[in-house]
Amino acid sequence: MIYRENGQFKTSYRADQQIFPISQDRLFIALLLIVAFVVVPGLASDYLIRAILIPFLIMSLAALGVNILVGYCGQISLGSGAFMAVGAYGAYNFFLRMPGLPLIPALVLGGLCATLFGIFFGLPSLRVKGLYLAVATLAAQFFADWMFLRIKWFTLDTPSGSVSVSNLQVFGVPIESAASKYIFCLAMLVVIALLAKNLVRSAIGREWMAIRDMDVAASVLGIRPMYAKLSAFAVSSFVIGVAGGLWAFVYLGAWEPAAFSVDQSFRLLFMVIIGGLGSIMGSFFGAAFIVVLPIALNQFLPALLGAFGITISTAGISHAELMIFGGLIVWFLIVEPHGLAKLWSTGKQKLRLWPFPH
Amino acid sequence: MGPVLETIFGGLMTGMLYSLVALGFVLIFKASGVFNFAQGAMVLFAALAMARLSEWIPQWTAIEDKLFANALAFIVTMGLMIVVAWLIERFVLGKLVNQEGITLLMATLGVSYFLDGFGQTIFGSSIYKIDVGMPKDPIFLFENTFQGGLLLNKEDLMAAGIAAALVAALAAFFQYTGTGRALRAVADDHQAAQSIGIPLRRIWVIVWSVAGFVALVAGIIWGSKLGVQFSLSVLALKSLPLVILGGLTSVPGAIVGGLILGVGEKLAEVFVGPMLGGGIEIWFAYVLALGFLLVRPQGLFGEKIIDRV
Repeated sequence: MIYRENGQFKTSYRADQQIFPISQDRLFIALLLIVAFVVVPGLASDYLIRAILIPFLIMSLAALGVNILVGYCGQISLGSGAFMAVGAYGAYNFFLRMPGLPLIPALVLGGLCATLFGIFFGLPSLRVKGLYLAVATLAAQFFADWMFLRIKWFTLDTPSGSVSVSNLQVFGVPIESAASKYIFCLAMLVVIALLAKNLVRSAIGREWMAIRDMDVAASVLGIRPMYAKLSAFAVSSFVIGVAGGLWAFVYLGAWEPAAFSVDQSFRLLFMVIIGGLGSIMGSFFGAAFIVVLPIALNQFLPALLGAFGITISTAGISHAELMIFGGLIVWFLIVEPHGLAKLWSTGKQKLRLWPFPH
Repeated sequence: MGPVLETIFGGLMTGMLYSLVALGFVLIFKASGVFNFAQGAMVLFAALAMARLSEWIPQWTAIEDKLFANALAFIVTMGLMIVVAWLIERFVLGKLVNQEGITLLMATLGVSYFLDGFGQTIFGSSIYKIDVGMPKDPIFLFENTFQGGLLLNKEDLMAAGIAAALVAALAAFFQYTGTGRALRAVADDHQAAQSIGIPLRRIWVIVWSVAGFVALVAGIIWGSKLGVQFSLSVLALKSLPLVILGGLTSVPGAIVGGLILGVGEKLAEVFVGPMLGGGIEIWFAYVLALGFLLVRPQGLFGEKIIDRV
C-alpha cells in the first residue's frame, strides 16, 4: 500500500536509469542519510559511536571492496587483510614522510599503494581460479604480515612494526572527538559507496559479472579477462586500502601488523557472504552483523548465563563466543545461503504486494 | 656439505608432517568437493582430546599401564572424531548440498571456530603434553663420511615413518576395499555414484571420519613435538600451499607437495632468509606454490581442469 511504484512514470532515460527508481526508496535513503549525518551524532553516546558505529562504517567500506572482487567479479580472495594493511601503512608513510600532506590525500595515496599491491597479487587470477586462487591470495596476506614486521623501512624503524598517528585534521577541522570521526568515516563511506554503486552498474561492472558467471564464455563474447579481472582487483584493493587507512588512522590510532592478520581477511569474507554476494546493500548488512555480534555476545553472554546461575571465567566466555559465532555463521549459511541482502529484497517484494496477496 | 644435507633432511621431515595435515584436506575435497578449512581445528580438537584423555583415564580407572591408557585414549578420541564427523554431516553439510564452493568453505570456517571454542571449553586451553613414548634422542649418521656427520632426530624419523605408513594404509584402503571403491566412485561423480546405489551421506561420514583419524595422528605427532596448544589450529594454514601445489584431488600430490615445500622452506629460511631479515618461512611456501601454480594451474598431480561453455 505504501511501497508501490504505481503512477510513477518515467519520461526520460535519466529517470529510467536512476539508482533508486522508486520514489519511496529515494525518500527512505534521504531520511536514512539525514538520520545518519544529523541525528545520530547528536544522540548516540560516545561509547556507541566509538565501539560500534565507527568500526561498522569502516568495515562496511572494506566489505564493499571485498564484494566488488568476490561478489561481482567472482575472484575469491583471502588477502583482504593484507590490502588493508598496505593501505594503512602506505597512508602512514605518506603522512609522516611528507609533512603537511592533508589526511584525505594520504588515505587516497595509501589506497593507491594497495591498488598496486592488489594488481600484483591479482596476477595469479589470470591462471588459477576458484579455491586455488583463494589459497594463492593467502600468499599476499602472509607476505604483508611479514613485510610490515620485518622490513623496517615501511614502519620508520619502529620496533615490531607498531606505529601511531596523531593530530588528524580535515580542512582545518580536527578529527578528535567521537562525533567528528564518525562524520568523517560516514562521509568517506557515502562517497565511495556511491562511486562503487555506479561502477558496478556501468559497462565495467557488467564485464565483471560476466567474468564471474563464466569467464570462458565471457572471453568468447569479447570481454578481455585480463583487463576485467585486474581492474576488479585494482578497484577492490583501492577501496579496501582506503578502509584500511581509516581503520588504522581513525579507529585504532596506534596499530601493529597483527591488526590486519588473516583473521581480518576471514571476517571480511564472512561479512560479504553473510551480507550477500554481489550486493552493495549486502556489504552493509554483513558488516553490521559481524561487527555487532562479538560485542553483543561479549555483553550479554555473562548476563544470560548469570541468569541461569552459571558463572563463567573470561577464558570460558571467549571460548563460548567462538562457539556461538561459528554456530551462528553455519546457521546463517544454511537458512539463507544468498545472504541478508536476499532477505531484504524478499521483504521489499512482499511489501509491494501488501496488504493484497496477489 | 653437512649443514646442507641436514637442512634438507629437516625439511623432508617437516614436509612429511605438513603432508599429514594436508592429507585430511585432500581426502575430504576428493569425496565431497568441500574445501575443509576445519582440518586444523580438527587436529587441535583431536590432540586436545588425546592429551587430556590420556591424562584422565589413569585417574578415573586406575589403569596403571601407560601403553594401555594411551591406547584407550586413542580409541575414545577416535570415537569422538567419528561423532564429530557424523554431526558435521548431519547438521552442516547435509543442509548445504548443492551450494557453491565458497559457501561450503565458509561453513567449514564456521565449524572450525566452533570446534576451537568447543574443544577448549571441554578440555581446557593451557598447553598440554602428549607422551606416547616417541624417542627424543638424536642420532648421528655418516660420521665417517664427512666432518661432523649428520644430526637427525629420532622423533622426526619415526613421525615420517608413521606418515608414510599412514599414506600406504590409506592408499590400500582406497584401492582394495569395497568402501574405498565406493569412496572413489563418489569422488569421481556424485550423481553417478548415487544412481548405482552408493549411499552418499554414509560415504561422507566415512570420509570425514577418515579425515578425523588423519587429524588425530597428525595431532599426536605435532602435539608430542610442540605440545598441544592453540597454535596447532594454525597448522592448517601452513599446509594449504602444499595442498594446492600437489593438486587438490591427489593423495600422492599432498605427500610430494609436502616434501618439496618442506625442503624449499627450510633451505630458503637458512640460506635466503638472513638476507631478507629472517622469518620468511611464513610466506615462502605460498610464493613457491604460487610459482608452481603459474606453470600448472591444477597443481602437480591435480586433474586437469576443463572448462566447457
